[in-house]
Formats: sequence, structure tokens, C-alpha cells
Amino acid sequence: MHRTGALYGQFNTLEQQKDTASLGMWIFLVTEVMFFGGIMLAYTINRHTYFHAFAMGSNTLSLKLGGFNTVVLLASSFTMAMGVWSAQTGKQKLLTLFLTLTIALGFVFFGVKYIEYAQKFHHHLVPGRNFDITYCINNPSKCEDMDAAELDIERKEIDEAQAADPDLNAHAQLYYSAYFGMTGLHALHMVIGAGLLFWLLRNAFAGIYTPVWNTPVDIVGLYWHFVDIVWIFLFPLLYLIDRHK
Amino acid sequence: MTDRDQISEAEHHEHIVQPGTYLAIILCLLFLTAATVGAAYVNLGRFNIVVALAIAVLKATLVVLFFMHAKFSPKRTKLVILAGIFWLAILLFMTLSDYVSRVDYRGIRYPMTQNVSAILPNRG
Repeated sequence: MHRTGALYGQFNTLEQQKDTASLGMWIFLVTEVMFFGGIMLAYTINRHTYFHAFAMGSNTLSLKLGGFNTVVLLASSFTMAMGVWSAQTGKQKLLTLFLTLTIALGFVFFGVKYIEYAQKFHHHLVPGRNFDITYCINNPSKCEDMDAAELDIERKEIDEAQAADPDLNAHAQLYYSAYFGMTGLHALHMVIGAGLLFWLLRNAFAGIYTPVWNTPVDIVGLYWHFVDIVWIFLFPLLYLIDRHK
Repeated sequence: MTDRDQISEAEHHEHIVQPGTYLAIILCLLFLTAATVGAAYVNLGRFNIVVALAIAVLKATLVVLFFMHAKFSPKRTKLVILAGIFWLAILLFMTLSDYVSRVDYRGIRYPMTQNVSAILPNRG
């Protein structure tokens, strides 16, 4: 069925029809809140139990890259919101521009995430049999992206954490499992969002969104903003545990 | 076009959030991001996480109210959003209150920290 904004029989007005579509999306987003909420709860309990390992792990993440990605994602939410405004006011050229910008910012996010993940693989910080929290301080030549000062700080942090937690290597894997699991699920949501944006963009080039009917732009916008909110919580939870040392 | 379509066109008065509002919100969000990074470098002890999460909740509220238009949504939609937050609060509050007050069968109080290996010599 090709949906072009005809009023369906069960609704009295187009506004009511659109509000109903939004309501359905919100109900889906509430289930997503419970999904991510449960994961963040499990993370909080583990972080509380193994604080030293989690704080140590958190400090190996790059705040520059994480902060940059936060700004990129917030900016993409802004361009998405502007896309919704363009659709509502019938500015079809602007709509394609803002959708393209949103997709581009999404891909910048993926690129930075790739750099971060690659570095963790490189530093033997991926949970599994090759995981070794002391890899870089024992093999400085293999971690050429870290300078001597950074390695000194890391050695000091690992020594302190190990004094408090002899099982540091095992418990740090729990942190990295949470890190890859949570950021991975978030990235999966973004991949789905980017797919939806490509679909919107194709339709926007065909010029089917008008001020009377632009429900898909609005609904995908809700989804994209929700993914942004997830990152708003992931960023302080994962990156900012114990930075003040 | 039927009569009903014409009526609905006339009644179609959706609230459109203006670009100026979006711009103000994104600037607030960027400022709050800088604030949360800055606050992380100040040693507030156990309140670091409280400040970080308070700022995150504030940012999420701005996104929900303005980017997601919740402020201008019908009451029914607002009710669904609030119900979702309420259920999330139940999940977090009841689970965590169980964890912080739990004493397990070995008499160990949560958090079962690294001392477990000292108390249980056979472990591992």
C-alpha cells in the first residue's frame, strides 16, 4: 500500500492520525527504554562491586574521541530536528540536505567508533583469552600510540587497582564486556537508524513529504533522538567514571 | 475529496517547533556536555556520578521535550512517556534497594568486593 497521507476510516482528522502514529512509536521507545535500562542497571551493579577494575578500564578510553563523538551525535540530532522542520514547512530541498547531513554525521560517529575499537584490539583489551590489562605497560614498543608519560600513569593506576583488587585482570574484562556490549548495541541501533534515513532520503528526493503528510520523517526523527539519548547516558557512564585522578 | 477530508485539512494545526528553538537547545546540549566533562575532573568523591547523571538527565529531558516535541504532544503521549519513566524507576529503585541492603548466606554484605577471596579460601 502506498501511503500518501490519505485519511483512514478510523480517524477523524489527519492530526489525530499523526498523533496516533507518534503514540505507537513512543510505546516502542518505552520498550527500548526498559531494554537499555536493564543493561545499564546490570552495569551499575557490576561497577559498584568491582569499582577499581571499572575505574581503571574507563581511564583507558580516549576522552577526546568519546567527547568528539558526543558532539557529533548531538549535532546529528540537531540536523534531524531541522529535517523534521523542513518537512513540516514544505522545504523539500532543505529536507534532503538535512537528511544527508544527519547520515554523514552518523558515519563520522561510526568512523570514530572504529578507531576506538581498533585501538582496544591492538592493546589486547578485548575480553577473551588474549586479554591482558598489563599488555601496554609490559610491551611499550607494541603500543606506539601511547607516550612514556601516558604509560607511566597507566602503570601507576594498574598498580593501585591491583593492590585493591588482586583479580583485576578478570574484573577488568567485565568492564570491557560491558563497554563493547553497550556501545555495540548502541551502534547497532545507529546502523538501523542510518538505514531508515537512507530510505527517507530516497523518498525525500522523490518529493513525497509535504506539510500535510510527513509522518515517516517525524517517526524516524523520534527514533534517531532516542538513540542520541542512549549515548547521552552511555558517555558519562563509560568514559567519566574516575577521571579526576 | 470528501467533506471529511476538507474538515480535517482545516483542523490540521500541528505545532511546528521553529529552528531558533532547535538552535538554542543544541547550544544548551553542547554546553552541558562540556560541563559534564569538566565536572568529571573535579574530585567530588561519591557525588561525581550523581552530578554526571543529573546532567545526563537534564540533557535527555531537553531532547525529549523539544527535539522529540513531547512538550507539544497530546496528553495521551505524555502519559505514555511518564509511564515509561515510572516503570524504569521501579526497575532501578527496587533492584538497587535489594542490592544495597542484601546480606548473603555467608554473612557478606553487598558489595561483595575483592575480599571474597580472603573469606573463601577454596574459591578459584
